[in-house]
Amino acid sequence: MAATLAPGALAPPVPEDDVRIERHGVWKRFRRHRLALAGAAVLALVTFVAVFAHWLAPADPNFIDQAHWSGYPLAPGVAGHSLGTDENGRDLLSRLMYGAQISLTVAFFAVAMELLIGTVLGALAGYYGGWVDYWLMRLTDVFLSIPLLPLLLVLTAIVSATSSKASLGFGVIVIIIGGLSWPPVARLVRASFLSLREKEFCEAARALGNRDGRIIFRHLLPNAVAPIIVQGTLEVANVIILESTLSFLGFGIQPPTASWGNMLANAESNMAIAPWVAIFPGLCILVTVLAINYLGDGLRDALDPNMK
Amino acid sequence: MQSIPLLLFISIVLYWILSNAPGGPLAPYLQNPHITQADIERLRHNFGLDQPLPVRYLRWLGMVVAGNLGYSTSNSEPVASAILERMPATLLLMGCSFFLSLVVGVAAGILAAIRPYSAVDYLVTTFAFFGQSMPVFWFALMLQLAFAVTGITAFGYHIALPSAGISSSDEFDLGDRIEHLILPTVVLSLAYIATWSRFTRSSMLEVVKTDYMRTAAAKGLDRFQIIMRHGLKNALIPVVTIIALSMPGLVAGAVVTETIFAWPGMGRLFYNALGQFDFSLLMGYLMMVSVLVVLFNLVADVAYAWLDPRVKYD
Repeated sequence: MAATLAPGALAPPVPEDDVRIERHGVWKRFRRHRLALAGAAVLALVTFVAVFAHWLAPADPNFIDQAHWSGYPLAPGVAGHSLGTDENGRDLLSRLMYGAQISLTVAFFAVAMELLIGTVLGALAGYYGGWVDYWLMRLTDVFLSIPLLPLLLVLTAIVSATSSKASLGFGVIVIIIGGLSWPPVARLVRASFLSLREKEFCEAARALGNRDGRIIFRHLLPNAVAPIIVQGTLEVANVIILESTLSFLGFGIQPPTASWGNMLANAESNMAIAPWVAIFPGLCILVTVLAINYLGDGLRDALDPNMK
Repeated sequence: MQSIPLLLFISIVLYWILSNAPGGPLAPYLQNPHITQADIERLRHNFGLDQPLPVRYLRWLGMVVAGNLGYSTSNSEPVASAILERMPATLLLMGCSFFLSLVVGVAAGILAAIRPYSAVDYLVTTFAFFGQSMPVFWFALMLQLAFAVTGITAFGYHIALPSAGISSSDEFDLGDRIEHLILPTVVLSLAYIATWSRFTRSSMLEVVKTDYMRTAAAKGLDRFQIIMRHGLKNALIPVVTIIALSMPGLVAGAVVTETIFAWPGMGRLFYNALGQFDFSLLMGYLMMVSVLVVLFNLVADVAYAWLDPRVKYD
């Protein structure tokens, strides 16, 4: 809070020490959570690989190794493909690296969008109350009551069938996922705002003549940010699973673009002769999602020890 | 009592979304060279497709209220009977998964809570994290790989399970049905075992700290009795709520499981209708699942108040 008060404001300046102690406490609690640290490390590694996939990948993800490929997936280690190739003779490791790029980008932007919509709507509902709250929460109820996966499937199917482009851009997936998964965030933010708006510092901010927008974003929001961070982290894991499920079922990221989900779509038919094609992409999803879930768990313990 | 307007809003949103879908009842005629433009217009009028969207929606609503969900565009079957016909298979799969998740999830949660931070607790918590992070479709693929494609040899027995369908032949055989149920049930249950065990654990840990548990211990009851007779009753109250709330998800989540295991249930019906944009079927299915969500939200509220006399609703 102290950081958001302008110099010369009425409140006495908070000693710099207090702020540092507070942050130190968060870091100390987080550091104790060894699995969360491991999760953060794994996520950092996956992010690194995704960002530098272009330089790290041993081959172009869509390059078909026609010199060695004869219609069947090449086994790991054969002809310099350390994880083998898929059913089209494309290097599996390279496709996994580029798949990480897609999965993380979709997840990042979808969650950013989800947090933005959820936070703004939740803040408005919680701060203003009354009919604003009533109608925003009814809207939230509507989207909470329609099961997410079937709705996502219907929407992606409709958009991909009606759009003029042959393949579904990943932006569409981001907008559809982000535009539909905000209700839990809105509820969370609303709950914090309902209690925060009754606090004295909020009353003080109002008495000073601040505009509502300033009170919401400069005074109340910084106090509601901890649960949003935790929820956002866990949502990244959820979105990775959602996107890969959509892509696996053929309604998400379209081939030839590699995504962890669509790499598994054709793996089933070749599972008897080429199990590695089915194993590695799913393993990437599992490890990444597990890392993010542990990270979120650690963040929850560190940021808000009272939260369960 | 807010459920009815909520369901109306949901139906409006779904109707609007699906009205953007391509295809529709005219699709089979549009490609036919023997049908003239005038015929198309006449058909469009007969189907009521020349009416504005709100009018079409109100007509649909009137029909649904009267108990008619419309007709499938792909084979003209009434949607209600198409869904009902697939319901037993889904209910069977759901029921088995529900039972498995309940027994394993609650038992694991109790075991973990009895000795917090022990090896058992660590095992259960780790398993729960894996279960929650597992992509369902990949778990299904891996089980198929292990049990159906290659088969597993353990303790001198070779275990091989069918990876698709509900039965091997038209004649009903209990053993065969069970064999077909094992893999889909395990796949559908994993996430619920994970969530419910975590919930049972934390709820039980809360209860263990309470005064009446200490009283029970002071009376000289053994630990098993305290946990089972005094603890469990109270610890399960929030768990019941979570279970009620996850029931609709068990139906909706079956879309993926049923698709992968070629299970002839409602989820697979929905997935197949998706490829053909079968308007009435998609609308019927989505409405049905949404009704379940709203219904089980009510059930959760009522169950909570009924099980815990301390909770009072106005």
